[in-house]
Amino acid sequence: MASSDGEVKVLGTWSSPFVMRARIALNLKSVSHEFLQERLWEGKSQLLLKSNPVHKKVPVLIHGHNTISESLIIVQYIDEVWSSAPCILPSQPHERATARFWAAYLDEKWFPSMRAVGMAEGEDARRAAIGQVEEGLVLLEEAFGECSKGRPFFGGDRIGYLDIAFGCFLGWLRVTEKMTGVMLLNETNTPRLLKWAHRFCSDDAVKDVMPETEKLAEFAKMIMSRVKGAAPGTGKS
Amino acid sequence: MDMGDEVKVFGSWGSPFSRRVELALLLKGVPYEYIEEDIFVFENKSPLLLQYNPVHKKVPVLLHNGKPIAESLVILEYIEETWKANPILPEDPYDKAMARFWAKFLDDKCLPAIRKAAFSPENEREEAAEEVRDCLKTLESALNGKRFFGGDAIGMVDIAANFVGFWLRIIQEVTGEELLSVEKLPELFKWTEEFVSCSVVKKCLPPKDKVLDVVKARVAPK
Repeated sequence: MASSDGEVKVLGTWSSPFVMRARIALNLKSVSHEFLQERLWEGKSQLLLKSNPVHKKVPVLIHGHNTISESLIIVQYIDEVWSSAPCILPSQPHERATARFWAAYLDEKWFPSMRAVGMAEGEDARRAAIGQVEEGLVLLEEAFGECSKGRPFFGGDRIGYLDIAFGCFLGWLRVTEKMTGVMLLNETNTPRLLKWAHRFCSDDAVKDVMPETEKLAEFAKMIMSRVKGAAPGTGKS
Repeated sequence: MDMGDEVKVFGSWGSPFSRRVELALLLKGVPYEYIEEDIFVFENKSPLLLQYNPVHKKVPVLLHNGKPIAESLVILEYIEETWKANPILPEDPYDKAMARFWAKFLDDKCLPAIRKAAFSPENEREEAAEEVRDCLKTLESALNGKRFFGGDAIGMVDIAANFVGFWLRIIQEVTGEELLSVEKLPELFKWTEEFVSCSVVKKCLPPKDKVLDVVKARVAPK
C-alpha cells in the first residue's frame, strides 16, 4: 500500500477550478501541503513541464517521488492514499459510479457549455449558450436530489467527490452570472443547488481556496482581451 | 459471485465502447445478457436505453440488478469494484492513478485524433495523421517494456485501448494513411498483436469485414 509519507505539493494557479479540486481534497484530509503557483502568462515552469510532460497543465500533485496529473485522478489518489475519514468517494460501488458519471458530465459537457457563454458572439448566441448551461443545471439539481437523499451535500453529510467536482466551478459560475445578468442558480429552477452552493463555499475545506468573484471577474476580463478568440485559460486538466 | 445477480449490457456490435464493457465482464467470468442497440439511426434506440441513459442516450449501459451505469470508463471502474476476480486495476494508488491517466488519455486525445484522421476530408488527413502518430508515441511510453499496459495480464488501459488494438488497423487500411507502423512504434505494434491474440479478447471483437464496411462508408471518398 502506498505510504502517505513524503512532501506534498500542488502545482497550480489560484484561478483554476481544477487546481481547486486538489486543494479541497487535501484540506478535507487535513494534509499539509505547499501550493506552488504557476505564473502561466510568464510561460510554464520547468517543474510543470517536467512533472506533467504529456499535457503540460495544472494541477499537478507532487507527493514524494510521485507526480500525478488530471484533477479527478488526483482527488481519487488523495482519497486512496490518505484513506482514513473523511472518505471522499462514496463507499457503495453504484454510488461511486453515479458520482463519477456526473463528474465526467461536468467536465465534458457542462463546464464547456459555461465557457461557451463567455465566447458567444451576439445576443442570440449568448442566449442559446445560457440556455444550455441552464438545462445542465436542471439535470444537476435532479442529481443532487438523488445523491444527497435529503442530506446537505452530494456526498451526504460531508463534502464528497461530486461536491468537489462541481463546487470548484462556482466561482466561474458567479462570474458568468455577473457578466450576463442571469441568475443561473435560482429559487425557481435550482432551489436545492442554490442552498448547496452556499454551504459548499462556506465549508472549512473550501473557503480559503475559493477565489473571490470580483478577482475572478477582473482576471476573466484580462484573459478575454488578451487572447480574444481562444478559450479562457483556466488550465484545464 | 452473488448467484442472484442480473447483469445486462446495452451495446452495439461495432462500438469499441460497448466492447470494452463486454471484455471486462468476460475477463472476470461474469455472465450477462446482451441487448443489441441500433446506434446508427437515432429513432431506433430502444425506450429502455433512453430510460437508462437519459443524459447521453448512448451505449454502453450496464444494468446490474436493475440499476443502470453509463460511460464506459465509469462502468469499468464499477465492474472492477463489484467483481473481484482478475483485477484490471493495480492495488497501489499511484499505479492506479497512472492507469486512470492513460485510460483518460486514450479517450481525450487518441480517440478524437484517430476519428479526425479517419473521417476528415482528404486534405486535412495528413495533419490529423501526424497528430495520431504523436499520440501513439506518447501512449507507447506507457508500455515501458511490458507485454500489456496492465503488466503480464490485460488491465484497464489495455481494455480502453481496444480501438487502437483493433479498429485502428482497419481505419489505416481504408484511408491508406499509416498511423501505427511497426518501424516507428515497434512496442505498440507488438502490443496490438498480443492484444488481438488473447483468447478472451478474440471472443469480444466484431467481425473485421463488417467493421471494414462501416468505416468505408464513413470515410470521405478520395
